[in-house]
Amino acid sequence: MIRLERRPTPSRAWAAATPVLAVVLTMLAGGLMFAALGKDPVAAIRTIFWDPLFNPQFAAYSRPQLLVKAGPLILIAVGLSLGFRAGVWNIGAEGQYIAGAICGAAVGLAFYPADLWLVFPLMVIAGAAGGILWAMIPALLRVRFGTSEILVSLLLVYVAQNMLAAMALGALRNPEGGGFPGSRNLSQYPAAANPELIAGTGLHWGVVAALVAVVGAQWLLGRHILGFQIRLAGQAPRAARFAGVRPDRLVVLCMGISGALAGLAGLFEVAGPAGQISIDFNAGYGFTAIIVAFLGRLNPLGILAAGLLMALTYIGGELAQFMLGLPAAAIQAFQGMLLFFLLALDLLSNWRVRLTVGRAA
Amino acid sequence: MNRRTLLASAALAAMALAGTAQAQAMDKAKACFVYVGPINDGGWTQAHHVAVLKTQEHFGDKVEFIWQESVPEGADSERVMTQMALSGCNIIFATSFGYMDATNTVAAKFPNVKFEHATGYKREHANVTTYNARFYEGRAVQGHIAGRMTRSNKIGYIASFPIPEVVMGINSYFLHARKANPAVELSVIWVYSWFDPAKEADAAKALIDQGVDVIASHTDSTAPLAEAAKAGGAVLGFGQARDMEEYKPLPRVASIIDRWDAYYIERIQAVLDGTWQAQDSWDGLAKGAVEIGEFTGLPADVTAEAAALRDSIAAGTYHPFTGPINRQDGTPWLAAGQVAPDGDLLGMGFFVEGITGDVPK
Repeated sequence: MIRLERRPTPSRAWAAATPVLAVVLTMLAGGLMFAALGKDPVAAIRTIFWDPLFNPQFAAYSRPQLLVKAGPLILIAVGLSLGFRAGVWNIGAEGQYIAGAICGAAVGLAFYPADLWLVFPLMVIAGAAGGILWAMIPALLRVRFGTSEILVSLLLVYVAQNMLAAMALGALRNPEGGGFPGSRNLSQYPAAANPELIAGTGLHWGVVAALVAVVGAQWLLGRHILGFQIRLAGQAPRAARFAGVRPDRLVVLCMGISGALAGLAGLFEVAGPAGQISIDFNAGYGFTAIIVAFLGRLNPLGILAAGLLMALTYIGGELAQFMLGLPAAAIQAFQGMLLFFLLALDLLSNWRVRLTVGRAA
Repeated sequence: MNRRTLLASAALAAMALAGTAQAQAMDKAKACFVYVGPINDGGWTQAHHVAVLKTQEHFGDKVEFIWQESVPEGADSERVMTQMALSGCNIIFATSFGYMDATNTVAAKFPNVKFEHATGYKREHANVTTYNARFYEGRAVQGHIAGRMTRSNKIGYIASFPIPEVVMGINSYFLHARKANPAVELSVIWVYSWFDPAKEADAAKALIDQGVDVIASHTDSTAPLAEAAKAGGAVLGFGQARDMEEYKPLPRVASIIDRWDAYYIERIQAVLDGTWQAQDSWDGLAKGAVEIGEFTGLPADVTAEAAALRDSIAAGTYHPFTGPINRQDGTPWLAAGQVAPDGDLLGMGFFVEGITGDVPK
């Protein structure tokens, strides 16, 4: 019979192998699902994973789009991963993303149509500040009153969504928009725009910020005392306390950093690819980033890879929808499988599978 | 830059060059559709899709059809249309108002691909056409029925966005209800979505709670009729975009049916013939672009009056916006006998006299 035995320390080999294995299993299970839908599974998998990168017809366009889609995911996920490592569960990055976008866009729109170089830097500061403010609500409530930051941050997403709708319909609405909700298009206002930095690459300031965040987080975790405290607090909370880590300070810091990065992601998105505040501006990046953080094993470099992979399934999924006529729901199920297999296989890095013959344990 | 990128860039360059060539007749074409809702939304998108399937039947193997459902208005629609153009679509139909900027942006990059934008007004490039139907003609018939059938003298309207298209429908509905019944009062609820069955149902409930007993809607789902049906015949409604025959004979007493197939066949044929020209198309009852569905559950005299109104509009002997009509603030808009110019209708941002409440600003 099969028995599970806890490993004394998590297996490094398995921890590295499981993401790859999860992707392979997702391809197999997803292929079965596509076949059941009457589509050629090989063509579907190829359209999702290969065509956006290498198909001569699409790749020149979709490869840069990969960065556009992965940028905010990576930026948010890096911030979340610091908290997750320390046992601080910020589930509401989507709300902080919205708050950052609203604050940043409001600053930009306030200057319209002034052509000052200062506008964009101010928007960036406002975006980060908006994200921090929104994250401080659950952080301070937890520190002061011991509330669950999981619930508070999650529920604040819905508050942020309603604020977003109110802004798109009210204060930030384009006065020349013919009655349609939504702000002015920031990407058409040069001083406030977050444009493509090198034509044809998809690289915008948000992608740059994501790369900086990856390097910064790697350095923080490896070389800085705060990184040590984060790791210690997550692995051994009691030991951390004896080592002088102040848990409250850590909660505020982790929530603040993840809020700031989510807010920045929102700002870069609203000033660039999305262009405007609209009622449904948020596209779920804040939630998908949670998947990306775990898919990347809460490791900055892993998150970089995971963000790109996740973006690939989005872009490739869209291609598969209209090239092969796959329903949108099948693509979402496919993405869900990826997380499922990853979490299921996580077992193998912490547990050992033992086959015992003939004797009961 | 590796070889693949080079090849892809070369392919793009070749496509751009081809764009400068003269339009030529072709043997085969590829027509692509971007939908704002799911193809089974019961209303707007389904009406488009029904037309697409009819068009597909008409052309057989000569034209390849692809579509993508539930494409959000904004950055995502731009990517979807770009990928469609890259996949070799000759003509792309963007079937929602919110795709307006994205359609024009993508059209600039693919001068050789024809773009058709439903219900918009921006034609910034020689390869962009806009098309719409005179739904306000159908609203006049609905308004007449509402005025004759209401017992509480309270009628309702579930509106999506405060854009001219919607405002014009509300005005037409109200004017003809008042004409049939001077005591009638209109309540308008804005739901700020094209397709959100839960919100649409809530709006219908709110109207019914206020004593409204005839509800028209300018949203895409059947939810308002489903709510009306719960009143067991005491509340009437209309099919919108599709006949919604599943709610016959009550609460659905008539319907506005969008008939896009004739237009789609004509435009795709023009692409095949090499005669496609940018234009602005706005047909109504006369050409069959708008159809009034069967009258059900109405007294014989009301049916006869509604049919007569429909026929007079179709024959061109009566225009639904014929003066004297004042604006809501009492200032004159149309003098006695004057017919509204199309330009006034397409930019309509005001309610007519007698409607309470404001067009959201």
